[in-house]
Amino acid sequence: MTKKEASACDSCAHYNSEGLKKLGVDTTDFDHVIAIAGNPNTGKSTVFNALTGLRQHTGNWPGKTVARAEGAFSYGDKKYKLVDLPGTYSLLSTSQDEEVARNFILFGKPDVTIIVADACRLERNLNLVLQILEITDKAVLCLNLMDEAERNEIEVDTRILAKELGIPVVATSARYQRGIPELIQTVDEIASGKLICKPRRIKNVPNKILKAVTKLSAEIEAEFPNIPNSRWIALRLLEGDSRIIEALKTGELV
Amino acid sequence: MEKNSIDKILSMTNELRWKIGEDFHDHLAEGIYADASEIAESSVFKESVRNRFRMDRKIDEIVTSKTWGFPIMFLLLGLILWLTIVGANYPSAMLANVLLDTVHPFLKNIAATIGMPWWLDGFLLDGVYLAVAWVIAVMLPPMAIFFPMFTLLEDFGYLPRVAFNMDNMFRKTGAHGKQALTMSMGFGCNAAGVVATRIIDSPRERLIAIITNNFSLCNGRWPTQILIATIFVGAVVPQAFSGLASLLAVIGIAVLGIAFMFLVSWGLSRTVLKGEVSTFNLELPPYRPPRFWKTIYTSLIDRTLIVLWRAIVFAAPAGAVIWLISNIYIGEVSMASWVIDSLDGFGFLLGLNGVILLAYIVAIPANEIVIPTILMLTVLVTGMTGGEGAGVMFELDSVSDTGSILRAGGWTLLTAINLMLFSLLHNPCSTTIYTIYKETKSVKWTTVASVLPVILGFIVTFIVAQVWRIFT
Repeated sequence: MTKKEASACDSCAHYNSEGLKKLGVDTTDFDHVIAIAGNPNTGKSTVFNALTGLRQHTGNWPGKTVARAEGAFSYGDKKYKLVDLPGTYSLLSTSQDEEVARNFILFGKPDVTIIVADACRLERNLNLVLQILEITDKAVLCLNLMDEAERNEIEVDTRILAKELGIPVVATSARYQRGIPELIQTVDEIASGKLICKPRRIKNVPNKILKAVTKLSAEIEAEFPNIPNSRWIALRLLEGDSRIIEALKTGELV
Repeated sequence: MEKNSIDKILSMTNELRWKIGEDFHDHLAEGIYADASEIAESSVFKESVRNRFRMDRKIDEIVTSKTWGFPIMFLLLGLILWLTIVGANYPSAMLANVLLDTVHPFLKNIAATIGMPWWLDGFLLDGVYLAVAWVIAVMLPPMAIFFPMFTLLEDFGYLPRVAFNMDNMFRKTGAHGKQALTMSMGFGCNAAGVVATRIIDSPRERLIAIITNNFSLCNGRWPTQILIATIFVGAVVPQAFSGLASLLAVIGIAVLGIAFMFLVSWGLSRTVLKGEVSTFNLELPPYRPPRFWKTIYTSLIDRTLIVLWRAIVFAAPAGAVIWLISNIYIGEVSMASWVIDSLDGFGFLLGLNGVILLAYIVAIPANEIVIPTILMLTVLVTGMTGGEGAGVMFELDSVSDTGSILRAGGWTLLTAINLMLFSLLHNPCSTTIYTIYKETKSVKWTTVASVLPVILGFIVTFIVAQVWRIFT
């Protein structure tokens, strides 16, 4: 028996089959909290299962996950708790599933948010991506269902996309475990602070609104100097979101 | 100090809100869409726009068409049920043979050899064990066939199409179109269906969806429907058509449930839950070829075994209760006979009998155990002890044996039909009731959701019984 030569894969940072341990539902003593968000029916639960080794039932219809599911995995010497959020098209309305997702990203302050998007329907999915990036700046876009995109002859330039969004983009086909190692690597880098994201903030805000938002967010920042999403909070306040007003009063946002 | 500055932020908000005008929400949404389209334009390349999703669209044109949408829906449901009814017979008989004819006597022998007291032996082996064994023998095979097939259909992406087909009908009854999805979930499990109503944003429409979810036959009730239809409805037609007849009867009950769901939704939205119908976007997801073996595996683990486990957990104590009430005597008669006798009159009015009503009381924790309970009580009442003690279930090795016991208990076609109707229209199981309470946080609505179906059940079975007796 000869010892196997270390291949190029073994020394590559993405080679993490050794480092990854799927921990199922054991979510005790974690180092980082990771949220999985995205549009309905983009494969969030499949990504969740691929990372945790759990078998949360996945279904091909929008709205399958209405409560959040939790699981864990460890990579390297860090343990990650993973929270699968309900799929939503936006975070602007008030249905209960949208609130669960919104509140977790806002108040749960996950260390990294994995935004799962359907590569075949990127434009529609970006709507939510942009909203999430207003709330948190530690995020990675998981461009899922690449197999379907290939079948439908759709190509996505992940480098341009990453540059436009200001966050890393990983192409995956979670159903076939493709791209999952790269995703884990990226999540690890963001969580440990090795990778700093500079997410895009929505540019096409009409002038009238932009003025009001700038004024209000300056005021919010004066009160809470360390707040990362003053602009988004300003938007919500202008909308009259009672939950945010309440959070402002109780100081939950800081 | 801090309080002041927050008030300042809020008053500033109110001021600014006047300035930005009413269309704030829409303008913002437009802005986000503009950003999204800019980004997509620079990063997405479509080779051949025309080819994309052509297959999907073709399928959708057929399965959501006005002409074919509904027939295809019923055909698919019929196919699944037919395979379940036909396919479950053989494994069922085999399991019954092993668990009831071989293992039970064997256990009785051991109990006799080690000198177990008669009451402990009766309680454990004749009460708990037989109930559990029956549940496994009769319920496992249909579930192991029904769930994986239903899950395959779900993974393929058919459910949203069902919602799309029915959307218009929901709108007309004043309910939310997404209720079609929660209704479909209810066909698996009502508790799951109730939780799924969270996708409906308007509280009014959500309540309607919660209250009417019970009209979706859940998997605790499918086996009851299938079994009773096979025994009684299948028997009144020539042998060659008996499969078809029982199939149609079960589909008929499921469709009737949907009809009641619409009727009650309509009634609620016209009376206590008045309001506007909200609009929504329903995305038809792409058809995805299900990963066959994986789906089979997960649906077996996730659904079949969980439901079976639940049935066993509830059947065991129910079996014990039945054995106890059959062996505790009040004066001359056992407690069970006494209750059954006093319920018999009311049962007759409904075309049912005291045994069935008592069974439904014992089976509130889980619908799955209605039939085994009925059987055990029937055996008790008819005194067909078959050499064993009171409250002991007969050795049933086949569906036809079950039938002969029920006929001995005075069952007719009317009893069977009304039992199927009552199984559709009665209170949700305790898990669902608890879930409704957790979701609505309201004792009032939980009570409405629990009592309304029973009242409907009483009314419907009463009318059917009276009309039936006039004509026969």
